[in-house]
Amino acid sequence: MEKEFSRPDGRSPTDMRKIKAKVGIIPNADGSALFSFGDTIAIAAVYGPRKMHPQHQQNPEKGTLRCDYKMISFSVEDRIRPGPNRRSSEISKVTDWALEPVLLLDRYPNSVIDVYINIIQANASTRCAGINAAALALAHAGIPMKNLVSSVSIGKLDKNLVVDVSKEEEDWEEGEGASDIPMSFTSNGELTHIQLDGRIDNEKLQEGIKMAKEACEKIYEVQKKALKDFAKKE
Amino acid sequence: MSEIIKINKDRIEEYLSKGKRFDGRKLDDLRDIVVETGISKNAEGSARVKIGKTEVLVGIKMDIATPYPDSPDKGNLMVTAELIPLSSSRFENGPPRINAIELGRVIDRGIRESKFIETEKLCIEEGEKVWNVFIDIYSINDDGNLLDAAGIGAIIALKNAKIPKYDKEKEKVLYGNLSDEKIPLSNEIPIPLTIYKIGGQLIVDPNKDEEDICETRITTSGFNGTIFSMQKGEGGSLKLEQMGEVLDLAKKVREKIFLKIKDYL
Amino acid sequence: MTETRKIVIPGEVIAKGKEYLPGEWTERKDDEIISIRFGILEEFDKLVKIIPISGPYHPRRGNVVVGKVENILLNGWFIDIGVSENSFLSVSEVPKYVNRGELEEVLDIGDIVVAKVSGISKKGVDLTIKSRSLGRLNEGIVIKINSNKVPRVIGKEGSMVNLIKKETGCEIVVGQNGSIWIKGNTIEDELKAKKAILFVAENISIYGLTEEVQKMFDEEKE
Repeated sequence: MEKEFSRPDGRSPTDMRKIKAKVGIIPNADGSALFSFGDTIAIAAVYGPRKMHPQHQQNPEKGTLRCDYKMISFSVEDRIRPGPNRRSSEISKVTDWALEPVLLLDRYPNSVIDVYINIIQANASTRCAGINAAALALAHAGIPMKNLVSSVSIGKLDKNLVVDVSKEEEDWEEGEGASDIPMSFTSNGELTHIQLDGRIDNEKLQEGIKMAKEACEKIYEVQKKALKDFAKKE
Repeated sequence: MSEIIKINKDRIEEYLSKGKRFDGRKLDDLRDIVVETGISKNAEGSARVKIGKTEVLVGIKMDIATPYPDSPDKGNLMVTAELIPLSSSRFENGPPRINAIELGRVIDRGIRESKFIETEKLCIEEGEKVWNVFIDIYSINDDGNLLDAAGIGAIIALKNAKIPKYDKEKEKVLYGNLSDEKIPLSNEIPIPLTIYKIGGQLIVDPNKDEEDICETRITTSGFNGTIFSMQKGEGGSLKLEQMGEVLDLAKKVREKIFLKIKDYL
Repeated sequence: MTETRKIVIPGEVIAKGKEYLPGEWTERKDDEIISIRFGILEEFDKLVKIIPISGPYHPRRGNVVVGKVENILLNGWFIDIGVSENSFLSVSEVPKYVNRGELEEVLDIGDIVVAKVSGISKKGVDLTIKSRSLGRLNEGIVIKINSNKVPRVIGKEGSMVNLIKKETGCEIVVGQNGSIWIKGNTIEDELKAKKAILFVAENISIYGLTEEVQKMFDEEKE
């Protein structure tokens, strides 16, 4: 007899964890924000546009976005030793690609816009929290943008699709195990980022993508409110 | 490019010579200190400290390791500081530069020399297994005096930390499963305080504009009149006659800091 | 009661209908106009534009800027005005003749100078100090605010900055790049002006800001 599926923390399949977004948390930065999914907390700071160094990386046609994602040593249970990390390098690049399509950087030739993302506390979906925080920080920094970008992870736990994967769900072992699909959408529904770890068929994947798009629409509303709330205090 | 603006420096020094500072503080006044503990749940202990607009995060992690041969019955301490580019346009990515290295070592000195952590009580099996305590410091916004913010964060995070459960049979640390046991700490708390010299005047807790123009600084850690560690940083010099003033001021302001943070200690 | 103006974010639709015209920091998409900046929406006669509340300074010809001398070359000075392009003041743009090797007597590294943007090219920004109101600024203090807040600090026809000058007795030069020079008879006067300017910069979306600032000065007098 098949056991009915339920998420470890009791959420419904389309429920995200409690989302928190706050803009303007780092006074020194040109733009900054915090974004969290439940216990996963990301902070982002933007510095720029500023002169790009080293010179050979300058682009004379437009500004360059340079994202840097790092987890702090005590964000996870097993302390992360400080130092270069391939996973972080890949996530940094994927974050670049997720955000770049909405940025209008032709006004800033030979300049760089540095986005620093640090994960303060990790409970899976860290790159998604990072992208959400970075998008807010870029808007706060006054970078011209066509749109915001919102990001969420879809999981497939055995055969069940869920929105906003937690660490417990990432480690799901029953049946087909866990598949993890982080995605990012612009606020007019274009996909700028997708990754997949696991096993899934085309139909289910497309269903998951639709679920992510709907979740991102909700995230967008939270991001919009965070920016407007910040401006009201100014 | 130097961020220092000479006419501002002249004005700051002029004002200091009258015993005043731009933000209305007296020379020995601290900015508001705001503390939050337990801000990162995967750490064994953590704290967020804001002094004015300066902010640091400090986390405690623990693991089991073999002890050093010259201290087979004592746990170990390692303090690391990272000045991350998120916190200031002056910090870059990459291996720690000397300012981060010095900061970590200065905080380490205070905690180690005061014997604040009772390392003999961190022994599980003499010569075989002891607890390592890692104190990791991150700058979140640099508006001057990261040194004292970090030192305060470290002692509060230590006070807030609990030892994880240890499965002796499987020889595994059960992270995420904290015991009720706190890290064994003594009552002699290494309260940090750095004194900065600007235009001949001694001040405490500078903001960034003030810190940029300081000629020299002295960091002390101490408790109840005993000093555990000291470090003079930056170039510059102090007259012998001024040392007495430095030590008196340090003692006075360390007490102020203690009063402000004692609820967390 | 202070009201606030309408804040919009990038991608937000701010007008629907072909009769609207897309102004600064907006783009037309079919018959909608969307914002491409985070800022305050302003509409005048069917022209919609965004007033940014954050972001970098974009130099324009004719702008008066306050900067710091970064470097001295054979034929001029590099001035830091807070932009990533090079900003250069040539010796030919100084009202008096400068001998070679005497450049640092006119402007030395670290000096604060008020200059005008005379041109912008691919090489960078060109500056001039050929005017009586331009040149080196001595004493006083320099503060920095985001350049997008400068119009509010100046006020309509200078109403805000003139109010602050009157109430504090300070000379004030507001650079379009966000650097502001203040010189008063006493340091207290300079700090009073600084406080007022920062208050404006932190409250730009409020209506009736000039009255609020006047109130602030009146309350201090009591």
